[in-house]
Amino acid sequence: MAKQKKPTDIGMNRTGVGTAPTRAADAAEGAREGTANRAPDTTAINDFRELLSQEAPPVGSMPPPTSVKGATKTAVEALKGNKATVFLDKLGERLAFERSGVRLYDALLPKVTAAATNKGTLTYEELKRHRDEELEHMLTVKEAIEQLGADPTVMTPCADLTGVQGMGLLQVMTDPRTTLTQCLDALLTAELTDNDGWKMLIAMSEALGKNDLAERFTRCLTEEDEHLANVRRWIAERLEVQLGAKIPSTDFGQPAQP
Amino acid sequence: MSLDLTKERGVSLDRQKFTWKDLVRIPYSKLDDDAFTRVRVIFQNGIEEEAKRFSHSCARMNKELQPHLAKIRRIEEHQQTLVNWLNPADQSPIETTIGYEQVAIEVTAHLAQNEPDPYIAQVFRFGLLEDFDHMYRYSALLDRLEGKDANNILQGYTDVIPGRPTAVEHRDPADDLREHYDKRTAHPLTKLNSLALMSGEQQTHDYYMNIGPLFADPVARALYAEIASIEEQHVTQYECIIDPTETWLEKWLMHEATEVWTYWSALQSESDRRVKEIWQRFLDYELGHLHYVRELFERFEKRDASELLPATLPDPIKYESHREFVRATLAKEVDYRANGTKIGELSDTAASIAYREQLNSEGSPTELVASNYTWRPGTELTGESSYAIH
Repeated sequence: MAKQKKPTDIGMNRTGVGTAPTRAADAAEGAREGTANRAPDTTAINDFRELLSQEAPPVGSMPPPTSVKGATKTAVEALKGNKATVFLDKLGERLAFERSGVRLYDALLPKVTAAATNKGTLTYEELKRHRDEELEHMLTVKEAIEQLGADPTVMTPCADLTGVQGMGLLQVMTDPRTTLTQCLDALLTAELTDNDGWKMLIAMSEALGKNDLAERFTRCLTEEDEHLANVRRWIAERLEVQLGAKIPSTDFGQPAQP
Repeated sequence: MSLDLTKERGVSLDRQKFTWKDLVRIPYSKLDDDAFTRVRVIFQNGIEEEAKRFSHSCARMNKELQPHLAKIRRIEEHQQTLVNWLNPADQSPIETTIGYEQVAIEVTAHLAQNEPDPYIAQVFRFGLLEDFDHMYRYSALLDRLEGKDANNILQGYTDVIPGRPTAVEHRDPADDLREHYDKRTAHPLTKLNSLALMSGEQQTHDYYMNIGPLFADPVARALYAEIASIEEQHVTQYECIIDPTETWLEKWLMHEATEVWTYWSALQSESDRRVKEIWQRFLDYELGHLHYVRELFERFEKRDASELLPATLPDPIKYESHREFVRATLAKEVDYRANGTKIGELSDTAASIAYREQLNSEGSPTELVASNYTWRPGTELTGESSYAIH
């Protein structure tokens, strides 16, 4: 038997009922006879989750203002009260996202050199450029947090949860069995989220009158727009080759500027 | 063809070597491998885990055995690593849990049917019907939390039907105690069966205790807490059936024999070529361990190990669907209860009823997760247009 090379080759996938129809029919019949076979009811689950959600404290909180003299004063004066922590939480999220984004690209780069074929516009150098730009964006947010008198080493609540969100992406990206195309799909998820994250950050900066930050973040978004368009194109190019047919349009529309 | 334990010496300890790359291999395929490859990997991991657990306990009580135990234990550590790391990362903790329960059902069903001691066989069937219920509850969780079909893992070999309801499995500790076999008269297979099953149950308990807190979902956290508690009861039950008057070296010898038997069983039925090579290699390693311990036993205890070990291994564990046996057991024994060390058509003790009522007084997670759950191919969402979103 020829060695299986690609995940889309016909192999021995045994997960469906079609692999062993008799066994599956036995199991289904047993399940019908062995239960009351009533309409599914997840009310109890939902009630339990609702109750616990009402009772549970948040995953954590924002830290008290940093003790660096002067910086705190600047941040508090500039942003006033709760607004400061909401904005800083989202800045912390972006910082964490960009930092993990660098690592996502780090994990993806070996997939490019390991790929059996690589037709299209995706190059190692282009991906490396994306990676380095994510690092620049991370540093941009770090400086913004410092400028506001806050501590950029803090893991804020939103930063924490963006890490939880990204766990699956890292699993896909680092699994030696995943292909470059499959990893680009994971990267697309990250870039889509990232794109919206920057737009929200720019909008929040403007709402708080922090136009200098909005300008710096807009420069980041311009690069992120290009990342998103590139990743979409790379995926489409690879799927075209694998499909053996021209995909009529890979234009999903230009991301709108805020 | 069986193995002649008096002749097979396996690989000597000094030739049992590893590298990190050797230990951390490409895992089996969740999608393509037969479900029983996963079952064997999980079960053999449990066997290795018990080998080390026993070895540490023994070392803490026997100064003169420490260098020998340490030597073999280091190899067992790396054997377990190689085996356990065969589990793939795309298999979620709940999917792996479904695999654990498939082990608990299909392996226990085989052992129960082949156990020569009727009381021990009854103990096995009693535990079987409880693990069978866990499969149903976890399948509901997999469907209702991750939106996945347990049959992608089970591949139709194992039913997803309620067993003895987990909510009534909670018993007073005294009702989880069992009588033990007599080491002088018990069939060697009884000793192997008991040790193998205890190993499997303890690793299941430990796995649930490790992964339970990894979940964000309060339903999953509660479900793992409840079922882990039953697995703890099962470990209590299965360790009781092993004769506690066996000497440390007798127990060590039987541990090595169990490892030989289970790797040899795995080898007979393995369909994945890469995994089969591992079973063959570790069978040879375990034969080396058995030979080493056999010599220790004869040196320290000054008696022939053949008094304990069978000349040839019993039949291998059959890795196949035991659907009909499980269903027949379910039909006949689902209402059996344990009262002290007795199992049968008995009433629960007042102590067990009180214990259970206390634990379940704020609800039972196993009941909550599986309310009106019926497994259907492709998850319950595919089957019902009347599915209501509450």
